[in-house]
Amino acid sequence: MASIDYPLDRTHRTQREFSFSETLYRWVATVDHKRLGLMYIVTALIFLVIAGLMASVMRLQLAFPNSHVVGPDTFNRLFTMHGTTMVFLVGMPFVAGLSNYLVPLMIGARDMAFPRLNAFGFWIFLFGGLLLYFSYIGGGGLSGHGSAPDVGWFAYAPLTAKAFSRGASTDFWILGILVAGIGSVASALNVIVTTVSMRCPGMTLTRMPMFVWVMLVDSWLIIIAIPPLTAAQIMLLIDRFLGGNFFNTQAGGSAVLWQHFFWIFGHPEVYILIFPAFAILSEVIPIFSRKPIFGRPAMVGAVVAIGFISLGVWAHHMFAVGMTSWSNTFFAASSMLVGIPTGIKIFNWTATMYGGKLRLDTPMLFCCGFLLQFLVAGLTGIMLAVAPFDWQLHDSYFVVGHFHFTLIGGLVFGLFAGIYYWFPKATGKMLCDKLGRWHFWLFVIGFETTFVPMHFLGILGMPRRIYTYAPDRGWDFWNLVSSLGVIVQAAAIALFIWNVIDSLRSGEKAGDDPWDGWTLEWATSSPPPEYNFEKLPVVRSSRPLWDLKHPHDPDWKFEQ
Amino acid sequence: MALLQALGAPLPEHRIANIFKPLATPAQSEYHIALLVLAITGAIFVVVAGLIVYTIWRFRRKPGDDAKQEPPQVYGSNQIEVAWTVIPILIVFVLIGVSARVIASVENASPPPGMLKVTLIGHQWWWEVRYPDYGIVTANEIHVPSSTATYLELQSADVIHSFWVPQLAGKTDLIPNRTNYAWIDPREPGIYLGNCAEYCGTQHANMLLRVVAQAPDDFKRWTIEQQKPASGNAAFQSLSCVSCHTVKGTPAVGKFGPDLTHLMSRQTLAAGAITNTPENLRQWVKDPQAAKPGSLMPSLQLTDQELGQVVSYLESLQ
Repeated sequence: MASIDYPLDRTHRTQREFSFSETLYRWVATVDHKRLGLMYIVTALIFLVIAGLMASVMRLQLAFPNSHVVGPDTFNRLFTMHGTTMVFLVGMPFVAGLSNYLVPLMIGARDMAFPRLNAFGFWIFLFGGLLLYFSYIGGGGLSGHGSAPDVGWFAYAPLTAKAFSRGASTDFWILGILVAGIGSVASALNVIVTTVSMRCPGMTLTRMPMFVWVMLVDSWLIIIAIPPLTAAQIMLLIDRFLGGNFFNTQAGGSAVLWQHFFWIFGHPEVYILIFPAFAILSEVIPIFSRKPIFGRPAMVGAVVAIGFISLGVWAHHMFAVGMTSWSNTFFAASSMLVGIPTGIKIFNWTATMYGGKLRLDTPMLFCCGFLLQFLVAGLTGIMLAVAPFDWQLHDSYFVVGHFHFTLIGGLVFGLFAGIYYWFPKATGKMLCDKLGRWHFWLFVIGFETTFVPMHFLGILGMPRRIYTYAPDRGWDFWNLVSSLGVIVQAAAIALFIWNVIDSLRSGEKAGDDPWDGWTLEWATSSPPPEYNFEKLPVVRSSRPLWDLKHPHDPDWKFEQ
Repeated sequence: MALLQALGAPLPEHRIANIFKPLATPAQSEYHIALLVLAITGAIFVVVAGLIVYTIWRFRRKPGDDAKQEPPQVYGSNQIEVAWTVIPILIVFVLIGVSARVIASVENASPPPGMLKVTLIGHQWWWEVRYPDYGIVTANEIHVPSSTATYLELQSADVIHSFWVPQLAGKTDLIPNRTNYAWIDPREPGIYLGNCAEYCGTQHANMLLRVVAQAPDDFKRWTIEQQKPASGNAAFQSLSCVSCHTVKGTPAVGKFGPDLTHLMSRQTLAAGAITNTPENLRQWVKDPQAAKPGSLMPSLQLTDQELGQVVSYLESLQ
């Protein structure tokens, strides 16, 4: 293959045409971190569209009271698959894909530490995802009950016990997620080893790009958080197949135990999901403000602090299970503490922009959207952390609004910023900025229209996960508004997909460094060759390309 | 108001369960802390969002700016970092202190003397309501006097459910193998709507609950009525209705479904899915799956004659 005899001088490289089967083989058999990264991201985008369509059907059902678009069983499967897909098959592969593609390029390495493990991670993740979706065919099991899982994405016991979940749908949920989790752990391990041992000469930890720092902490969180979930899922399998009674309340098992295990995974998980957005913002905002990140040590410290604190807040999902007042107070306190480092991050990003020269191109617009929406998400998070307020808001539509503000208003906006920013690097073509602006503004309008009303619905007493409601509870209007927003969001996503296709075909050529960047990925060609760098770079500061471009005013003069 | 009730005027029904219109002490304490938290977070939002928007607007690149000219490179400031770390820490400590106080006041409240004890048991997808001191068993409607607090023992017969009547109290889960407690003290006679708030399977959406707060005299009359046994009916007892349902004073002693002894005194059927009218009752008995698909009550394929007998018997259960 091409990797055996790569020429060191890329200008003389002859690129022969590959046939379709050769191309397919080169993608399937690849161990190149960039190809695997792209495969993760494309898979995540496909699952994002699928889960988005599921959400649209749910919003259609809820647009009017007493409607009959789908029945209760279908609806329950829709929200279970929507949540499970978004968390495990969209969020997690985005984490893996971004860190795979960018970490080696940013630290001046030729590949990840374990390329084959990397390929294994992707394929086992994809297998897990397909296994979950195979439940639509195989979930009936021998007894013919059910199709896709309908136990909710956190699958509370004892709803998952054999008595209440017949057929095999819950087993598909367990196995699909368990298997995908193995992929996530493999990929996280790889990122940690790569950052620890493969940084180019001169790249000390203090000079490592913020993106890599955040993904390093994120990978640690993955390694710590996934095993409790896997263990709990194995216990659940033992319950379902071997007559164990960990969570089987009818035989004396504990329903609360599952909640503890799940949220010990589940809360760090939401930070695992949001960290890539933090990582992206910490790269994009400085470049588009033309200033270095403000308070770099504080930013690194804040990420590490969030990582640590996030391991001790899980029971804020359980304020209503009847814990003692001391436990409730402890978890309320720890949850509010997360607000401090998160606030530090928002302040530092703002300070980075302050005094800069903001280029409000599409990636930066998405960052601005992130800042404001994530601020709202953080503040509603504080409300939920106040346990007595949470007794009212818990499991209501307020919570649905809150976590969509973090995961769409935060994570997805961050991801779009990242996609518009690094698309030129990965493909050699620019995404159209004009379409990008349309995409941004439509998405903001659609997003706000859909998710702001959900907060009001929660305050009006609408519980989450209901497939229908009576007309005179005060919920009709806001539900209709919320559903209308979906149309605008869908239009935005359609524009984005069109933008990607059109730019790939006939986009403007990007060149190696379209944004006047400062980190190492912009020092190689677009798209980068398989070996990334002809000569391994040597860096002297956290902004090696700034040093190169400003020999009279280099960073290394000020950094120690 | 009490006079009106005595004259048989219907109780006001609070259809819109706004948590910001609390009508009992626990909801009231939660509302007060919510106001404080909203004020604090609202102020933070105005300040921080204002700063962000100002920064974006003030420092955006304007036409005519020299693209090559980089702004001054500022790397950070320890004083500023300390400032925006310490201020949030202070705010968080205030919030923790206030939360701790309200948590204790709601959770550790000692039941006042003379309060009413009710056991609420969650089932897929209805509520069993027991009054141990009165020997009453009913379903989906909790009758309480408006003069005193009611202390609820929360249990579950199958999966996890959650008690939530937004205007009276926040949520407490009903968990199998565990007893939780909640209390409510609606001050005015009225009907307060609630829902199961923890996803509990197919018909989670139609697991509705109503609290009927009555003037003390009305409540007393209600308990006396509810304590009366009913008379039996041969047609009803010959059908499999009795495997799941109890009618007190008759051989029907099934435990799986709601107690039917005073069915006609209830406002709704199928845990709030439909109102309790003769026509709805007939349709419900004929085919429960039409009104509440997934309900655990099967269609018994009754003949028209059997259906007529069963329904007219049920209508006699005043």
